[in-house]
Amino acid sequence: MEEQVITYQINGRERTFHARNADTMLYVLREKLGLTGAKPGCLNGDCGACTIEIDGEVMKSCLMLAIEGHQKKITTIEGLQQAPIQEQFIENFAFQCGYCSPGFIMNCHALVNQLPNASDSNMKEWLESNMCRCTGYKEIEEAVKNVLNKMP
Amino acid sequence: MDWMIGKSIPRKEAEEKVTGSAKYTDDKSDAQMLHVKLKVSTHAHAKIKKIDTSKAEKVTGVHAIIVGDSLPLTGTDIKDRPILAYKKVRYFGEPIAAVVAEHPYIAKQAAALIEVTYEPLPVINTSEEAMKQEATLIHENLATYQKTDKVFPEANTNIANRVKVRKGDIQKAWLQSHITIEENYIIPPSDHTAIETRSAIVEIKPDGTVMITSTTQAPYGIKSEFSETFEIEEGKVIATTPLVGGAFGGKVTTQLELIAYIASKAVNGKCVKLTYTREEDMLTAPVRMGIDAKVKLGATTDGKLTAAEITYFIDTGAYADKGTLLTKAVAATCTGPYKIDHIRCDAICVYTNHPYITAYRGFSHSEILFMFERAMETLAKKLEMDPLQFRKKNAIVKGNTSPTQTLLNESSVGNLPKCIDQLQDMMNWKEGVIIPIDERKIRVKGICCSWKTSTISGASSGVVLLFNADGSVNILSGIVEIGMGTKTILAQLLAERLKMDINNIHVQMDVDTKTIPEHYKTVASRGTLLAGRALLKAADDAVEQLRDIASRVLTCSPEDLEVGYEKVYVRDDPTTYVYIKDVCYGYQYSNGHSIGGQVIGKGNYTIRHLSHLDPKTGKGKTGPEWTVGAQGVEIEFDRRDFTYKILKAFSIIDIGKVLNYKAALGQVMGSMSMGLSHASAEAYEFQEDGTMNIPKLRTYGPLRYGDHPEYIAKFIETAHLDGPYGARGVGEHALIGMPAALGNALSTAVGVELNQLPLTPEMIWRKKVGDKFL
Amino acid sequence: MIPYNFQYYQPTTIKEATNLFQSLLQENKSPIYFAGGTEVITLGRMNKIVTDAVIDINNIPACHILEQDDTWLTLGAALTLTSIKEMKKFPLLEKVVSEIADRTSRNKITLGGNICANIIYREAVLPFLLTESYAVIATKHGLKERPFHELFDQTLQLREEEFLVQIKVATKDLSLPFFTVKKRRQWGVGYPLLTIAAILKETHIHTAYSGLYAYPFHCEKVDAQLNKPNTEQTKRIERALQAFHKEILHDIHGSDTYRKFVLKNVLTDVIDTLKKG
Repeated sequence: MEEQVITYQINGRERTFHARNADTMLYVLREKLGLTGAKPGCLNGDCGACTIEIDGEVMKSCLMLAIEGHQKKITTIEGLQQAPIQEQFIENFAFQCGYCSPGFIMNCHALVNQLPNASDSNMKEWLESNMCRCTGYKEIEEAVKNVLNKMP
Repeated sequence: MDWMIGKSIPRKEAEEKVTGSAKYTDDKSDAQMLHVKLKVSTHAHAKIKKIDTSKAEKVTGVHAIIVGDSLPLTGTDIKDRPILAYKKVRYFGEPIAAVVAEHPYIAKQAAALIEVTYEPLPVINTSEEAMKQEATLIHENLATYQKTDKVFPEANTNIANRVKVRKGDIQKAWLQSHITIEENYIIPPSDHTAIETRSAIVEIKPDGTVMITSTTQAPYGIKSEFSETFEIEEGKVIATTPLVGGAFGGKVTTQLELIAYIASKAVNGKCVKLTYTREEDMLTAPVRMGIDAKVKLGATTDGKLTAAEITYFIDTGAYADKGTLLTKAVAATCTGPYKIDHIRCDAICVYTNHPYITAYRGFSHSEILFMFERAMETLAKKLEMDPLQFRKKNAIVKGNTSPTQTLLNESSVGNLPKCIDQLQDMMNWKEGVIIPIDERKIRVKGICCSWKTSTISGASSGVVLLFNADGSVNILSGIVEIGMGTKTILAQLLAERLKMDINNIHVQMDVDTKTIPEHYKTVASRGTLLAGRALLKAADDAVEQLRDIASRVLTCSPEDLEVGYEKVYVRDDPTTYVYIKDVCYGYQYSNGHSIGGQVIGKGNYTIRHLSHLDPKTGKGKTGPEWTVGAQGVEIEFDRRDFTYKILKAFSIIDIGKVLNYKAALGQVMGSMSMGLSHASAEAYEFQEDGTMNIPKLRTYGPLRYGDHPEYIAKFIETAHLDGPYGARGVGEHALIGMPAALGNALSTAVGVELNQLPLTPEMIWRKKVGDKFL
Repeated sequence: MIPYNFQYYQPTTIKEATNLFQSLLQENKSPIYFAGGTEVITLGRMNKIVTDAVIDINNIPACHILEQDDTWLTLGAALTLTSIKEMKKFPLLEKVVSEIADRTSRNKITLGGNICANIIYREAVLPFLLTESYAVIATKHGLKERPFHELFDQTLQLREEEFLVQIKVATKDLSLPFFTVKKRRQWGVGYPLLTIAAILKETHIHTAYSGLYAYPFHCEKVDAQLNKPNTEQTKRIERALQAFHKEILHDIHGSDTYRKFVLKNVLTDVIDTLKKG
């Protein structure tokens, strides 16, 4: 059996589809589920543009087989609705071309939720996982700090 | 008081971009689509003896395999490039064959089964090798290629173009020079690394209409290139471009669109998609230039620049493409922003067996400035002058002429001395340039000046404004939204002009060459000038129409009316008015009679008074205004390890007029980051045979979060009178000085002239210590 | 995009996994074990790993153990590098793994995956070369335990059907004074020019390296020179540098000579930190 039927609990819905065992999660998100927010920047785990959340942890969906997410709770950028980090990305001009943004935002979102008191070194540790080629990263830093400062 | 100018309006497509709903080329997909994968060269220079596709053809799901015979040659100024390599390969990664299959993995599987037999040829790895008398020719038939009359390839050599600048009397100038320096500089080729890799989707409709969707900065260029290359009438080439995920000049050249077209043609016009992997995007697609130079500068003992004699060798790689135009740009801005009366420059465009080059943000200015501003530093040292004062003393100002002898005025050249003064304050220059921290570490400052104009001709732009019945307006412009936010700037300009709520302005983001008026190319920081002026003209056109209809409603002369604040009102009695929404779709009188119709404003703009360069002297005007700036960095340098941190990066830019503060700041910070990333880490490293390790982002190593410095940016506003509200281009200008500023800081820190990029700790160590570890 | 197909299995016991491996072999398949699986994807798409059967060991509870008692810390091979980094039990290992790849990737890369990877650096190996550590291996005859440094010679010496289940580290060694640093060509993420891990046992410094050869290693001769009594520090370092018997890597990250230069400085830091600190 080189193919499987796979089910995800994704963005609050259950979705079932066929995929090759060799398909990556990024591929099925984009091609089988129409969730093109996660971007194929490198397919090598280097750029972070495909970052999503699985069972509460951020992952690069290009570094996962689709089958590994079977029955798991997955959130992609399409599943974030008016999250504070999205507003702050707009407010702080934290993107230009927008291609790295879905992945960057997913990582920043997980960071502010998991570490509401994140230090500068926590931010560096987390955010060096994503590449942005348009901004100077300062804008992203400000967006995250603004969310952290407004946390209850 | 500005209504909208200068305000930090978030980009119009912001919400799409933070929710993942923004669509880019590769996001378009359907089950019927076929997929293309390439077989690329494993040699940098070799004859192709045989291409065996028999095994690949047997793979189930393969629809077609295309190789490079009987395809037309392509290129920008010189038609030297086959769409797929034919008879020989000229760079490592060059496309040789394309497989069309039902699924990308099947296409990939089949491509791997194509067997190519090569006969290796001698490899040209440097401009120096290429220039040798007995050098192997990369293009034996250079003389026979079709070309424009603006380039001068030299038959039976590896020289694709040569541009000369002769200003003043260089021989006399050397006699007047008390102090001279002469230095050599090297910058290797590097990559654009937009996070979105290049992608193209092509379909040929039954009536022959070719539909191309791609990640391009030049959809209108695709339209004309397809028409010319494949002899298709222009109206039947429709290029569409959705949002583009970063481009930086790398998406100006048409490459994979051509391959996707022949692939579609091979499967009866079915829709095919070709998306480059990161590796293909770095290896196969065009790259950023490598360049080396010999720079000789002269000055009087009191620090006045007297002469500059420079030879630049532009490594265009295997094909000329944009290399010939880049060579012109190099020649036209062959020095830093200084008053120099005597200049002799040769810019020579040389074929090598490297990937071919295309535009890169800054269009060669960052490279020139690294070399020239490093030379200025060396000269300042020899003169024992403060490098900042030395630059200020020679700063170019109104009344001076450019290297190509264009007389500059305040509007065209701005105010560089003011930038230098502000930099001096902001960097606390009095404190000194080397400040000890501890036994090992020092804090060091480096500066440079920068300037850039564009090298374009025949660049024009059109804008259409469509009024909606509620008085809101749709802007149609052919600018591609590659990230710089120009389409939001257009909305701001319109809001300013019509004094209307920017939320009532809608901007068409996707470009479609069939329905959207042409915008030359989204390059050279020219969007705001070209499309901005076109938009203002279109706004005037709309205003005239609104006043015409309103004048009949208000029973007065159109000349007495103004448009603004959602109304058309009488100038000296604004209480007499009609709402725009009541006239922008025509007007109906109470008796039922109607006049007018939908208001459609149209406007276009072409940059005036640009000229070709005189082949003997280089005299001429390649671009409209210059944007000048003074830039600097402050680093922390470890004298034991030769490692460093970039603490601060400074840019004082004469932007003409700030149209959107945060957007301008974003352009400046992002540019500084990119310039520093290039200067500190980015380069292709070729082996002797011209091949390289398959490049990946993890080894190429651009700057990441946490490596970024603190950015200090400030704007000077000296109006460019032709620019909308006085604005100058600013998309590239903070990038171009960064390599020089960093090079100057590090050279000061280590006490050795560092004349090459990238400025890695190993390179610095090697220059200082030599190849010794004890 | 992996250009070939494979079968995918998720055994839940060690026995099931090794049996499956052998039966797949008998069917003329070329199975591989999969934990984090990042290399299967990144090298698979380049055709550098080719397989037709993947055995995912993530559903085997023993591979996820993280336990400590008075004598041993036991670490499951399928623990992610992020969970290792955040366990707060073995500071040297935590620091070493925190420099591998980037955090999001470390959420996927596993301890066993890094140790058994194709990549030449495999820095997670270093702390186990310096401490009393055992590799717990699944064999066709059941589990076996072997001293880590005996089983590790350039790579972990496993038979094809075997896989790493756990690593046990002596509790007494977890809190030894240590020094580790990763030096790169430039900036904060990426492969090393060299990574060093060092510990101080009583008065003796033990060192292990990645990035100098095409595999991680520990070298007694180097340590002997570093610890040579009655010798000036610079001399000890000079002699230690000569004790690296093989050619040092020379690649796009850095030349051999430059690596030695960096190594010299790093060894100074090792001694300064561990002896003076």
